[in-house]
Amino acid sequence: MKTEQPAIQVTDLTVAYRDKPVLWDIDLTIPGGVLMGIIGPNGAGKTTLMKAILGLVRPSAGQVLVYGKPYAQQRRLVAYVPQRNSVDWDFPTSVLDVVVMGRYGALGWFRRPGKREREQALDALARVGMQDFASRQIGQLSGGQQQRVFLARALVQDAQVYLMDEPLQGVDATTERTILRILHDLRATGKTVVVVHHDLQTVSEYFDQVALLNVRLVASGPVAEVFNAATLRATYGGQIAFLEGRDPGRSAPEPRAGIAVS
Amino acid sequence: MLSNLLFDYTLRTVALGSGIMGVVSGVLGAFAVLRRQSLLGDAMSHAALPGIVLAFIITGSKEPLVLMIGAAVAGWIGALFVMAIISTTRIKQDGALGLILATFFGFGLVLLTWVQARPDAAQAGLDRYLFGQAATLLERDVAAMAAIGGAALLVLALFWKECAILSFDPDFARSMGLPVHLLSVLLTSLLVAAISIGLQAVGVVLMSALIVAPAVAARQWTDRLGVMVVLSGVFGAVAGVGGVVLSGAAARLPTGPVIVVCISALALISLLFAPRRGLVWNWFRVNRPVARQGA
Amino acid sequence: MELFTEIILIAIVTAVACALPGVFLVLRRMAMISDAITHTVLLGIVLAFFVVRDITSPVLVVAAAGAGVATVVLTELLSRSNRVREDAAIGLVFPLLFSIAVILIAQYAGRIHLDVDAVLLGELAFAPLDRFEFAGNDLGPRSLWLMSGILMVSLALLITFYKELKLATFDAALAAAFGFAPAALHYGLMSVVSLTAVGAFNAVGSVLVVALMVAPPAAAYLLTDRLPHMLALSALFGALAAILGCWVAFALNASIAGAMAVMTGLIFCLAWMFAPQRGLLAQVVWRVRQRWEFAQAMLAVHLLHHQATVQAVVECQAAHLSEHLNWPPAFTEQVVRRAEQRGLLVQQNGMLTLTDQGRRFVATILGGDEL
Repeated sequence: MKTEQPAIQVTDLTVAYRDKPVLWDIDLTIPGGVLMGIIGPNGAGKTTLMKAILGLVRPSAGQVLVYGKPYAQQRRLVAYVPQRNSVDWDFPTSVLDVVVMGRYGALGWFRRPGKREREQALDALARVGMQDFASRQIGQLSGGQQQRVFLARALVQDAQVYLMDEPLQGVDATTERTILRILHDLRATGKTVVVVHHDLQTVSEYFDQVALLNVRLVASGPVAEVFNAATLRATYGGQIAFLEGRDPGRSAPEPRAGIAVS
Repeated sequence: MLSNLLFDYTLRTVALGSGIMGVVSGVLGAFAVLRRQSLLGDAMSHAALPGIVLAFIITGSKEPLVLMIGAAVAGWIGALFVMAIISTTRIKQDGALGLILATFFGFGLVLLTWVQARPDAAQAGLDRYLFGQAATLLERDVAAMAAIGGAALLVLALFWKECAILSFDPDFARSMGLPVHLLSVLLTSLLVAAISIGLQAVGVVLMSALIVAPAVAARQWTDRLGVMVVLSGVFGAVAGVGGVVLSGAAARLPTGPVIVVCISALALISLLFAPRRGLVWNWFRVNRPVARQGA
Repeated sequence: MELFTEIILIAIVTAVACALPGVFLVLRRMAMISDAITHTVLLGIVLAFFVVRDITSPVLVVAAAGAGVATVVLTELLSRSNRVREDAAIGLVFPLLFSIAVILIAQYAGRIHLDVDAVLLGELAFAPLDRFEFAGNDLGPRSLWLMSGILMVSLALLITFYKELKLATFDAALAAAFGFAPAALHYGLMSVVSLTAVGAFNAVGSVLVVALMVAPPAAAYLLTDRLPHMLALSALFGALAAILGCWVAFALNASIAGAMAVMTGLIFCLAWMFAPQRGLLAQVVWRVRQRWEFAQAMLAVHLLHHQATVQAVVECQAAHLSEHLNWPPAFTEQVVRRAEQRGLLVQQNGMLTLTDQGRRFVATILGGDEL
């Protein structure tokens, strides 16, 4: 995409649940074509930030622009992968049906999904290595497989911006590899990917930009510039001691070289 | 018994009415159960009672359509109260449902007994809405049921895709730009319509069984939403017609409760013996390896 | 005693007896279980009648309580099988058991003096006609004795197991760790609910037992945070609804039980509107005040974030504020004026700057250690 215009521009965003602020005055620019991780402690407002970008929660102040326009006008450009526990996995629906749902937005009212939508869904399932599970009921999948189905649903949306809430949380090694491969594929084709992430050890390996969040935005930008002991301490407060003590080398920016060639 | 169903005009009318009721409440009940609103149906059907009596008091008419509209409006107001209580107080869903169910029903009872104490006899028969009396269904009742039920099913068919995604993943639906709140109101309204259709046949007290049981039964046989909804409607219809035929076959068998026993029997059979999810097979699966180890 | 006095007495005792276990039902989020239990006790009564053939036998009460507990067990078994969720399980079990009871009564109508309408709706006006006689002396209405007995049992159990019940309601895990057997308390409570339902449905009918069990505790829950207060208030509201309900019913010549249920609903509505801290009115007042307070906080945090930066010229301009914060201009103006009056900020040539007081204000909002 045009690099001049940021994919997502968050300005002065404050979000409160019942006047209890969850996000304070966030200014965040996410350039087009980057792979950005959002990190922060529990209750830092990571999921809320995603939901605010998607218009799922109404901000008390500030706004979010997607390629220069409010989200409501740019809906088709954005795909969302929610946390796995957000749906009822005993729902009577097959893997293929869930992925086809990703096309509903493009279909609009009244039109039914047909052969074309099912083929697109099967393609997306093949990309995440789940084509053999198309007719399974979704509750019969493992956690990692469920996550890959959600990812496939986002892929069929054929969006410009992908927002993913903890896609790597508690998944198996195959799923983690598949998801990472797809994240890099997406970026290679110029898409913008924003991922809520929980594992500090892998941040510099997986992402090229990072936003550190703890109700307020502590820092954001290229991993090499902003991901360091000072910003981590500001984000995690007292919890950082053991992080530094355990593996100080990993929080240094140098592993980023590995990403650039992947 | 079957020849009766074919040739007896009254029985045929009653069976047709119960069948229509079964299809509509089965289909819409499936969505209610999947959206964890099983007991909302119970609360709304109890809350419908004051609406029925008020509709009669205001219009002086016992036209089925008038009473059904009264039932639907009161059921709706009850549902709104439940949602308002949950969102503005610390009282949880169960408390709000119980509160609205019982106080609205009490209000209906006060109105009913007040009307009954009046000298004119025009009110006679209103109390059949308590337990339902399928035998009193007339052709015009069935016509009204078919009209409302058909309209409800048509609306559901039109918005099928949206209702499906709303029930499965409301956050995703909203991120797609669907008016989630409106759709949710729509589904609840359709459920209210289904309830108002069934009240004359099974009554406010037992209506909830026709919302919950067909869906529970259908869910055990399939993992597909479409199949489940159709099956749920079929089970509802079978129980409706079956209940009418059975209660007509023996003396002193009240239709409403017999229909409820029929649909509950279908649900229990499905829970125990459905091919993959059946609890009996499950029990064998759990116990057989242990037995082998012991041998 | 006069008929009217007797009816009111029965109503009050019934309402209080229902309100006490109701408090725990509401707190434990099991209100809808009471709806199920009050219906299914009928099956216990009918089945026991076939065995003992005596409609006044105390065995019937025990059997009815047993049926209530059986309903709870069945519901739990179903929802534990993971095939049905708890709400659907409740909605499946109680209509079935109730329907079976209604069919049995209809089949043997000649031999059981049970009227389904009476079971469901109750008729308090007739309750005093059934007298309790001992050695030829009239000791008053039977249902007054029955409900007083049930109330005494509930009270005795409540006082004996108060501490355990309280803990098991708020923290079942801790109660289990202390060896309080939450399961036993749970089924004990269910037995009391069933017993109360049996006693009460003679007088007020099964659906309205639910109103007496749920509405007064729900109203009390909006008024207090302390369990003893909640118990006392619930009993008080129940009694009040009983008196008002009887009065209205007599005036309108309508169902007493229905009128009592309506009164419990009205009492709840009053609490819902006007409860000092949790009522709708209090919420509105609080929200309006909080809205300005919170808007000033947002403004202050915004100024703090931007005042030392290069964009300060734009971000801290009074003229640009409403655009950046996405607020309506009139609202922004109001917030700035209020914050200025409070001394949180000063305005110079259209530029807003936090005062020292403003900085302290932000510091307290953000947790103190930021500056």
